[in-house]
Amino acid sequence: MAENGLFLDDVTIALNGQTLVSVTHRVAPGDVLTVMGPSGSGKSTLLAYIGGFLPPAFEASGRVFSGDIELTALPAEDRHAGILFQDPLLFPHMSVGGNLVFAIPEAVKGKAARAALAETALEGVGLAGMAGRDPDTLSGGQKARVALARALLSSPRMLLLDEPFSKLDANLRGQMRELVFSKARDGSLPVLLVTHDEADAQAAGGAVIRIGAA
Amino acid sequence: MLARLGPPLAILLLAGPILAGLAGTLLPAFGYLPALGGEAFTLAHVTKLLAQPGLATSMLLSLVPGLITTIVSLGVVAFFIAGFAGTKTFSRVQHLVSPLLSVPHAAAAFGLAFLIAPSGMIARLVSPGLTGWQQPPDLLIVNDPLGLSMMAGLVMKEVPFLLLIALAALPQVDLFRTRRLAAALGYGRIAGFVYGVWPPLYRQIRLAVFAVIAFSSSVVDVAVILGPTTPAPLAVRLLRWMNDPELSMRFFASAGALLQLGVTAAAILLWIGFERLGAWLRDHACARGLRFRRDTWAGRAAFAGMSLAALLTFAGLATLALWSVAGLWQFPNVLPDSFTLKSWIAAAPRIAGPLASTLLVATLSTLIAVALTVLCLLNENRTGRIAGRRAMWLIYLPLIVPQVAFLFGLQLLFVFTGTVASLPALVLVHLVFVMPYVFLSLADPWRAFDPRFEAVAAGLGKSRLSTLLAIRLPMLLRAILVAAAVGFAVSIGLYLPTVLIGAGRLETVTTEAVALASGGNRRIIGVYAFVQMVLPAIGFAVATVVPALIFRHRRAMRV
Repeated sequence: MAENGLFLDDVTIALNGQTLVSVTHRVAPGDVLTVMGPSGSGKSTLLAYIGGFLPPAFEASGRVFSGDIELTALPAEDRHAGILFQDPLLFPHMSVGGNLVFAIPEAVKGKAARAALAETALEGVGLAGMAGRDPDTLSGGQKARVALARALLSSPRMLLLDEPFSKLDANLRGQMRELVFSKARDGSLPVLLVTHDEADAQAAGGAVIRIGAA
Repeated sequence: MLARLGPPLAILLLAGPILAGLAGTLLPAFGYLPALGGEAFTLAHVTKLLAQPGLATSMLLSLVPGLITTIVSLGVVAFFIAGFAGTKTFSRVQHLVSPLLSVPHAAAAFGLAFLIAPSGMIARLVSPGLTGWQQPPDLLIVNDPLGLSMMAGLVMKEVPFLLLIALAALPQVDLFRTRRLAAALGYGRIAGFVYGVWPPLYRQIRLAVFAVIAFSSSVVDVAVILGPTTPAPLAVRLLRWMNDPELSMRFFASAGALLQLGVTAAAILLWIGFERLGAWLRDHACARGLRFRRDTWAGRAAFAGMSLAALLTFAGLATLALWSVAGLWQFPNVLPDSFTLKSWIAAAPRIAGPLASTLLVATLSTLIAVALTVLCLLNENRTGRIAGRRAMWLIYLPLIVPQVAFLFGLQLLFVFTGTVASLPALVLVHLVFVMPYVFLSLADPWRAFDPRFEAVAAGLGKSRLSTLLAIRLPMLLRAILVAAAVGFAVSIGLYLPTVLIGAGRLETVTTEAVALASGGNRRIIGVYAFVQMVLPAIGFAVATVVPALIFRHRRAMRV
């Protein structure tokens, strides 16, 4: 399925005329490209550009492809980029199950079918039977896993990870890394990881791009 | 996208009526109003106006109370924040004062009148024990010629307004670190605040201060209830001229409205002079290193003022409620001899119509204002630029231009188009005043919304519209309902716009209540003022209870 990889074609992002990121790279399905840089280096803007939510203050050029599809020609909602941020960002007004069902594409019809799919996804991250819970009552690690399950349920073309492990306790961090990367491999998803933690880059095992004054 | 339409629509609906109204005031003031035979410009009406007896006194009774009200209210708020911000006392007082913002001016003024009148609650509490009064003393306390009780009534309402505006601006200034730094350098708490925190804070709230000056120097309802009568402040006399059935009085009243514009402008200019003087004094004291170590009394005095404002408002409202169910209530008894629902039963048939139009106008103008505000804020998200200084001027414009100066001209336009006293006209005019408050209360929570939630939703394949409907609006439901409750309360309390554009045919609870002021039937006034104050409270109750019920199983959605 090499044709479904992520291809960054001469992507350049600048702020006030100063270039923050400039990259051309191909990420094969299941592979991870790690972008490393200190905080404030603008590494997250790369994710924002790919995901389609770059703030208007930034100037960006270059194209991003998922397989044959040019993502940069599409609005954010048609890019299907599964995003994980530092915070799990579970929608606080929905139940855990509600968060998951919200992510399931409309093509899956029927309330029962959608709920069953959400439950399977919860089992997949070791949280079986938690659908009825209030997200705020989960532990930090549980929230992170729900966020992952939610991203995977939306049938994404890729995963965009914005330091998603940095707020987890050290022992949880390793588990979560393992879980995310194995899920990406299982789903043949190209992954773009942005981090300032060398251990993240090592665990990812793919190519590493360093930006900013490192 | 629809959001693009937000700002132009807001400009049209806010600035449009104001500019049209000002033109409709300005031209007749100089004699030009062809429909009434005014074909040529003339100064005759202005001359006639200037020849009115007691005009200078009326002008002073607008100008001076306007400035004094502002100085006192701002001083109380500033010193209270300086002395107490961050303490338990502060948050307690803040919670006590916040609901006062929703009390309509007229209800608060009636409440104060019922407290301080010679036969009022305060006199009853101390009589005959302390005073020996068996009969109410013959004192002119309410409607005193210097306007003291009018100013007290205004301060009671402006203090909560300025406090809430200042609280919203507070996170943008580094109060606590500046306070510690100033204390470490040996400055008194108030002095440190004035030197270090006040300049940036004042810059944030300056337009709101101008709004207070404009309102206090041109107020009608509070002045009718509490203000001097011989002569009355300019705006009150103006309204009398405007309501004169003699059509040629329109020219004359327009000239008066123009004069009011001048009086308010003069008040604001004088204020700008005070600002300069204050800044100079501050810089001077700062440069000399004056530390005012023992200045805690100023904070305590402000705390006392703040508490007094809250106490008087609550006690006044309670007295109103008591009067509405009072049977025989002789002086100096503190409680009525008997309680009865007679006043309510008597008022019920007459209050139903005004109540219905009050609710209708408030609901419609609030809904439009909320929708318009959401469009404007969505447009901010789209462009990535938040409303700048010029946009803030526009938002404050309806609060800074004295109401009477443009409403009279606007009434003229409605008269000529045959739409005066129609529901759409009244809703439009209420919208002009409701919109700023809705925008000001919704903008901060809207802008504080974490945009990553929307990035996540977009990544999940959701369109902008469904993200708005399923994520942002539900998560901001509480803030939206609170903003709506604020707008609703503003609409309920609007007196002058309703009187002029409703033209006596479209009555609301507020216009009826103020009309009762001269009659002096306390029981009926109690009924109307009670209804007037309960309506906004219901709005806020809904804004609190509905989200709490909907999200009762969602811990993170609690306040």
